Amino acid sequence: MGVALTRSAQWTAAGYGTRTLEITPLNEVILKEIVMFVESFIYKHPQEAKYVFVEPLEWKTNLDPSAFESGYIVSETTVKSEEVDKDGQPLLFLSVPHIKIRSLGQLSRLLLIAKDRKLKEAQACIEANRDPVTKILGLDYNTVKEDTSTVNILDKITKDEDPESEIKMKVGMLLKQLDLHLLNHSLKHISLQICLNPTTVKNDIELLKHFSGKGEQTVLESIDYTSDYEFSNGCRAPPWRQIHGEICYVLVKPHDVETLCVTCSTEGVFLNGGKTEDEGEINYERKSEIYKDLVTFLKEKSAKFSENMSKQVSLQNLEISYAEWPKASCIGNKRKREERKKERKEKEKKKREKKKNEKKKREKKKRKKKKGEKKKGVGEGNKSKSKTKQNKTKQKRTTGEYLLILKSAEKIEEILSDSSSENEEDEEPPDRRQEANADLPSEYWQIQKLVKYLKGGNQTATVIALRSMKDFNLAQETCQLAIRDVGGLEVLINLLDTDEVKCKIGSLKILKEISHNPQIRRNIVDLGGLPVMVNILDSPHKSLKCLAAETIANVAKFRRARRAVRHHGGITKLVALLDCAQSSAKPAQSSLYDARDVEVARCGALALWSCSKSNANKEAIRQAGGIPLLAHLLKTSHENMLIPVVGTLQECASEENYRAAIKAERIIENLVKNLNSENEQLQEQCAMAIYQCAEDKETRDLVRLHGGLKPLASLLNNTDNKERLAAVTGAIWKCSISKENATKFREYEAIETLVGLLTDQPEEVLVNVVGALGECCQEYENRVLVRKCGGLQPLVNLLVGINQTLLVNVTKAVGACAVEPESMMIIDRLDGVRLLWSLLKNPHPDVKASAAWALCPCIQNAKDAGEMVRCLVGGLELIVNLLKSDNKEVLASVSNTVSNNILLYSMRHLAEAISRCCMWGRNRVAFGEYKAVAPLVRYLKSNDLSEDVDNCITIHENGNGAVKLLLGMIGSSDHDLQEAAAGCISNIRRLALAIDKARYT
Amino acid sequence: ENHKRMGHLGGSVGSAPNSFKKSEVECLIRLFHSLVERANVRLNNFGLDRNAFRAILHSVFGMTDDMLMNRVFFAFDKDNDNCINAKEWVKGLSVFLRGTFEEKLKFCFEVYYLNGDGYISQEEIFDMLKNSLHQQSSEEETDEGIRELVDITLKKMDYDNDGKISFADFEKAVKEDKLLLEVFGPCLPEAKVECQQLKLVKGTF
Repeated sequence: MGVALTRSAQWTAAGYGTRTLEITPLNEVILKEIVMFVESFIYKHPQEAKYVFVEPLEWKTNLDPSAFESGYIVSETTVKSEEVDKDGQPLLFLSVPHIKIRSLGQLSRLLLIAKDRKLKEAQACIEANRDPVTKILGLDYNTVKEDTSTVNILDKITKDEDPESEIKMKVGMLLKQLDLHLLNHSLKHISLQICLNPTTVKNDIELLKHFSGKGEQTVLESIDYTSDYEFSNGCRAPPWRQIHGEICYVLVKPHDVETLCVTCSTEGVFLNGGKTEDEGEINYERKSEIYKDLVTFLKEKSAKFSENMSKQVSLQNLEISYAEWPKASCIGNKRKREERKKERKEKEKKKREKKKNEKKKREKKKRKKKKGEKKKGVGEGNKSKSKTKQNKTKQKRTTGEYLLILKSAEKIEEILSDSSSENEEDEEPPDRRQEANADLPSEYWQIQKLVKYLKGGNQTATVIALRSMKDFNLAQETCQLAIRDVGGLEVLINLLDTDEVKCKIGSLKILKEISHNPQIRRNIVDLGGLPVMVNILDSPHKSLKCLAAETIANVAKFRRARRAVRHHGGITKLVALLDCAQSSAKPAQSSLYDARDVEVARCGALALWSCSKSNANKEAIRQAGGIPLLAHLLKTSHENMLIPVVGTLQECASEENYRAAIKAERIIENLVKNLNSENEQLQEQCAMAIYQCAEDKETRDLVRLHGGLKPLASLLNNTDNKERLAAVTGAIWKCSISKENATKFREYEAIETLVGLLTDQPEEVLVNVVGALGECCQEYENRVLVRKCGGLQPLVNLLVGINQTLLVNVTKAVGACAVEPESMMIIDRLDGVRLLWSLLKNPHPDVKASAAWALCPCIQNAKDAGEMVRCLVGGLELIVNLLKSDNKEVLASVSNTVSNNILLYSMRHLAEAISRCCMWGRNRVAFGEYKAVAPLVRYLKSNDLSEDVDNCITIHENGNGAVKLLLGMIGSSDHDLQEAAAGCISNIRRLALAIDKARYT
Repeated sequence: ENHKRMGHLGGSVGSAPNSFKKSEVECLIRLFHSLVERANVRLNNFGLDRNAFRAILHSVFGMTDDMLMNRVFFAFDKDNDNCINAKEWVKGLSVFLRGTFEEKLKFCFEVYYLNGDGYISQEEIFDMLKNSLHQQSSEEETDEGIRELVDITLKKMDYDNDGKISFADFEKAVKEDKLLLEVFGPCLPEAKVECQQLKLVKGTF
């Protein structure tokens, strides 16, 4: 179901929060099929139903605990299944509203319990678990599954003797069949759509590829695109053919017919004139009827295809309904082995026959590949990268991580992924082409005419046509797309390559306007517009330079474009533009010229601002000597200039060496000065820059010394502009890391304002506000202040959020407040401690770690802490479970929690904790590093706990690991620790002896 | 010495428009005489006739359109004697090489309105644009295209809707978008050429 879910199911576009399944007929069918499969699973495959998932499927359920009956232990808010795994953990665990399920049997039962709400539950489950197969079978299994056919899996089963892995294989097999089944369903569904678009065509081809390959069972021998290069709109046809609605060309080799060269267009699918032998050119002429889709077309052309296609469907239906799997698989096994032998023989025959043909083909392919790869270098390669990035950003967005957060929390990832931030436009916008037969606006025809004159006119006619085109409303999408769709973009870009200054100016003026459209930007890059514009930056004409830079500023809003600018030497040239203002600063120059130079510099800065969103570009700007130039420009008083300059600096300040340079160039002073500007955007950019730079203590001090804290505090009072508010709160957060600054903020009454901002603000503001409070609350007065202003309630309220970065900050802030016993009481009363405990279950390691840290003071300050800990359901188990974590940060904080609060654990649990840490060999090492066990042992000794018989038994029983570790500690250089460890061992030994004695007497 | 001056002049283009220095004027006049000599060996004239002038426009200023070059000649030839004398030469070149925006505006307008009524008429526009489209499939189609271009420019520039372009119309339109300065065809040296020619003129004498 992995492939079906990712490829066929229609997910809503990335929005706020988790993505959901769209309510479409196709999705409904898929869901129903999944429900049917799961529901009947427990009866059809009782053996496999007991298989315990590698990871539980978790989601928020709407079911009430009361709905569960026999077979479950039900309390008011929790439900546990009586069915447990080897370790005694229940296979179903519901703690309203979160449910965790670890076997298909339990899933089956749940759906039966859910009755009429089962579709909803299934949907919730799939939305929350985007890759259920991986969770069920584990990551490694999924990769195996991807590239193998049924045959291979069967092969594996026979090789593997282990019964457990055999069951796992079968489960995998069944899931794979479900997947194919679902794919078939969606295939049927897709084939109902008459009008094709790039996505449906792509899906079709992907699906068919899935079913293609060698052997008799596949539907096709091969299916391949003629071109590896895919345009941003999903089409592979060259632009001039796209105008005719053609999407791509496919070479299909069915089993029984010669290779077909097929055109997929919006109208349907048809046979074209084929590829010419020598040139590899496609004869675009239509040679057959138009079929509504690829499958229908192939069914008509190849009998084998249609035969195997129906076999695929029926085979799966049969096998899924087959009740006794083990038998079926055995029979199937033998049969298939025989079949495979036959196949092999046949293949060898065919091979000999085809050798000649194949050689030719291979050569052709090679040629094709070479061509493709060249293109790939610029196109596809980037794309796949950008796609992974796309996924990343999507994930980020689902948790609401926007630019500020991204920059703070994910520095490492940022370095890896080349690009840092802001509204990263890496999602390819769906390409909307105006269809030829649709009702087109009158502008379309007028623009078409003008483009004709552009193409066929001399300089004079061209200028007139350009001028006239500019009079259209170029901000309007219909006009933008009309220019592109009638081939105007190519002409405009070609004009940039001529010597005619006027044509270039006219063309750039239009490109500058229409490049506000994301689709057009991509088209411009695809058509190679950037190198030409970069060249124009060298022109002696100032107005040309300006226009080119401004257009680049618009186009370079996505990574591929930014990279193209860099690769064509654009960064150096843009940085050189910044220099204009300086050289003209000499006296005796008229103000007119000065103004034009300033304008050139401004446009350069504007383009650099766009480009500086890629890390490699930041470095390129620095190497081109951009920093001192930017610093110089920062001294001007033109707001128009300052905004892009500060914007660029702000983007670049994510880099360590920029921050150092910013300090060295005395930029902070000017940033602070401009915080006092009237311009909101400038304030925002300055605050962002301070936010970025204030990672460093010296910079934080500089901000204070230049009087930057007061304007920051006063900007807090204006909450209408959320972007600016986010930037300002971010700056305050980072500045308040220095104690002196936190004190200043109190003086400026910023703490009260911050507390006021804890409600009704967007997440990107909240993250910073809470972060700032967390830092400020490291100080006693501020903690008291926060409590007095009523800040604890909203803080605790935020503990239930889902945004990970926010949670990290909130837990930190709550933890900081909890240091105050009086605050602690309030937090406890607000149920904050329980919420913190529950955050230990959060999947994100940072949240876990931060929650564990926050728990330390909570427990220390709680009056009846021991009681509290014990009362928390599974709290301790959680802590102990966290000891399994691989994340060092989590380990460190957990062990800190553990060691700081030993008193609270009932003795048995403590000992268990120690011995458990020792059992996970790897963790033992990590634990040693963090000196977590040492305090535990020390504590054991100091309170003579090890004399307690039960404890010793626990330690002893839990294996030799503990003793081994204790032995190791005897060798420690710390005398107290030596003594404590030795004491423990002696107690344990004594006990063991006593037991032996008891046994023999 | 010349080079030094050149550098200085080059730097101050635009800031001190309008006038040549005395020495530069001398240079221009000397250049004029040598050109006249070269062109009129036989005629023994005291000025440049149309053909000679067109040859200069073509070779020095890179102009190509015969009709426009004729018009430029008429614009230079203030006294309408079909011959450009030294005074007209210097005056004309000062607009060509050092002209302010206003001067160029006026000059272009003069080039474009030929029949002397102070307006650029629809027919004149058609005349000037008639070669602007490459021959398309049929003559009719090309004609239609040109007519369309004429309409476009009129629509754009004829603010008072009287079917012709007055100087006020022209000025307004060009001030709104400088691209329209040479809307009906190039009649000024290109900025790039302008720079080079200035040096050439100064440097060679």
